[in-house]
Amino acid sequence: MYRYDEFDRDFVADRVAQFRGQVERRISGELTEDQFKPLRLMNGVYLQMHAYMLRIAVPYGTLNPSQMRMLAFVGRKYDRGYGHFTTRQNLQFHWPALKDVPEILGHLASVEMHSIQTSGNCIRNVTADHFAGAAADEVADPRPHAEILRQWSSLHPEFIFLPRKFKIAVTGAERDRAAIQIHDIGLHLKRDAEGRLGFAVYVGGGLGRTPLIAHRINDFLPEADLLSYCEAILRVYNQFGRRDNKFKARIKILVHEAGADEIRRQVDEEWERIRHSALALPVDEIRRIEAYFALPASLSPRPARSVVLDRAVAANPALADWLERNTARHRISGHAMVTVSLKPIGGTPGDVTSDQMDLLADLSERYSHGEIRVSHEQNLILPHVALDDLPALHEALAAASLATPNAGLVTDIIACPGLDYCSLANARSIPVAQRISERFGSQARQKEIGDLKIKISGCINACGHHHVGHIGILGVEKKGEEFYQLTLGGSGDEHASLGEIIGPGFSGADVVDAVETVVDTYLKVRSGPEEDFLAAYRRLGKEPFKEALYGAA
Amino acid sequence: MYKPAKGTAQKAVIANRLDDGRTVFLDEAGNWTPDLAEARFVVPGPELDAANARAEAELKARIIVDPYPIDIVEVDGRPVPARIRERIRAEGPTVTYGEAEYEKLRAG
Ligand code: SF4
Repeated sequence: MYRYDEFDRDFVADRVAQFRGQVERRISGELTEDQFKPLRLMNGVYLQMHAYMLRIAVPYGTLNPSQMRMLAFVGRKYDRGYGHFTTRQNLQFHWPALKDVPEILGHLASVEMHSIQTSGNCIRNVTADHFAGAAADEVADPRPHAEILRQWSSLHPEFIFLPRKFKIAVTGAERDRAAIQIHDIGLHLKRDAEGRLGFAVYVGGGLGRTPLIAHRINDFLPEADLLSYCEAILRVYNQFGRRDNKFKARIKILVHEAGADEIRRQVDEEWERIRHSALALPVDEIRRIEAYFALPASLSPRPARSVVLDRAVAANPALADWLERNTARHRISGHAMVTVSLKPIGGTPGDVTSDQMDLLADLSERYSHGEIRVSHEQNLILPHVALDDLPALHEALAAASLATPNAGLVTDIIACPGLDYCSLANARSIPVAQRISERFGSQARQKEIGDLKIKISGCINACGHHHVGHIGILGVEKKGEEFYQLTLGGSGDEHASLGEIIGPGFSGADVVDAVETVVDTYLKVRSGPEEDFLAAYRRLGKEPFKEALYGAA
Repeated sequence: MYKPAKGTAQKAVIANRLDDGRTVFLDEAGNWTPDLAEARFVVPGPELDAANARAEAELKARIIVDPYPIDIVEVDGRPVPARIRERIRAEGPTVTYGEAEYEKLRAG
């Protein structure tokens, strides 16, 4: 795992000390709220419905056990014994007191964590495929490049005051699990015919008020040019991005208005000027950073079948279900990647208690070579588990309500905090997710429905990625009450698409029935169980669903 | 204390406490209470102006942040914020969380 160098350590320590002073000055009255607000936001502190919220960066979604234990400790000591993992692979605490935040940040710094660039118009935490470095289908681990981007973008003086926030996502597999096409820059690490590493570069994706899928502006960018090319994109954006209108200030609008060809031309022009500068990455340096992300030396191939596992599965149907849904093929024989579901039936998506965090830290040490990942789908991953260990791991997770066998199923719902916590929300997300989860909670029913991604946002900011949900749910406020708009057919993977609004919205009381109608309609119209929801929707369009929801026109 | 006022819109002033961010309401004494039932209920006009002025002073005195007046309606004889946003702010999240959530899930 990557470790901070001295620069990182000093820099984070300085920032904690600086923020401590700022909080003291705010509380003593030297700073007004107007003066203080930008400072607290630069340190990940928001003021929400009921309290302050602290957002902590988890770079490329990778955590080690000491970091997880520290999050558990902070949750217990300074919050209410739990935290919330977000679609940006970050962790949010909903209840810290402002006066405690500097102390919390001090604790976090001791395990190389911080909240810098988790807010504001800067380059945010770089996100990555949660199976990075372990997936059997991966060309190469994209996290070393994500780390290089992290170092480059950390307080880059030119890019601290961008027109708007800027999000970068990376994947190293054809199968896009990092939703790169809905990011400002999406990077797909691949090899060319000669076996050299480079990136397909996507620009201008994003959700929110104006959802847009990114355009590919470079089919193969050699890895050595990663920083100069990204810098060129940022420069074009910084110069031409619409600062006059907050709603038009993301790079997606610039790309949309100027056209991908024109943006490509501008980026290339800028890139030509700087590509041979100090930004050119020495390949030795990339390989040096890669070494930090190497698979653990103790992770050696084992037989592809495990007698222990086969025997346990035969005796335990719950284990069989979990194995089918929550494990995926590892690149090293005899191992699996395990999805720890943070979606118990009827629970809050993405929430995890301090006790569960401590347990996961222990289990990662015992069974996963001390690695934990956060997925943008608000689950956790134990990436390197030997097949022989799966029965014991399953038992330990199940005892802590962490073994719901629903990864990728209808109850594996993404939901933002919504109006239960978030001051920008128009409607609640969590209770809707809970009711849908309960409605479809039977394992047999979920299995019959198969792969189906439901994503819920409490407002148009779309933190819950509703536009790319197979079924998307957007909370709106109508005459002081909560209403929910349904979109169908969205997808955040390599075949990204935006969901289409299906018709008038539904009240809070009716929205779960509406979702059930959509699902039942799918079951009726699909060509067979092998045709999943998205495929059926793409084949048939919205008509059958519209008719089922609103009656024949 | 809350007195249902026939035909007049009642208001209260909501804010977050500066040091811990908790939702609070201006009370009769000009202090802040987390309990809406203890809030100062006012009608538009001089009463509301006085409440807003007090909140403004408390903002300057760095006791609270982000004060604003909200509409209050009566439900079952109790004062309740008119909008769902402030109802949730007054009563806390509508979902259980943390250990309590898991206890509920295990029991249910
Ligand atoms: S989508 Fe809206 S309600 Fe949900 S977390 Fe984002 S800003 Fe808040």
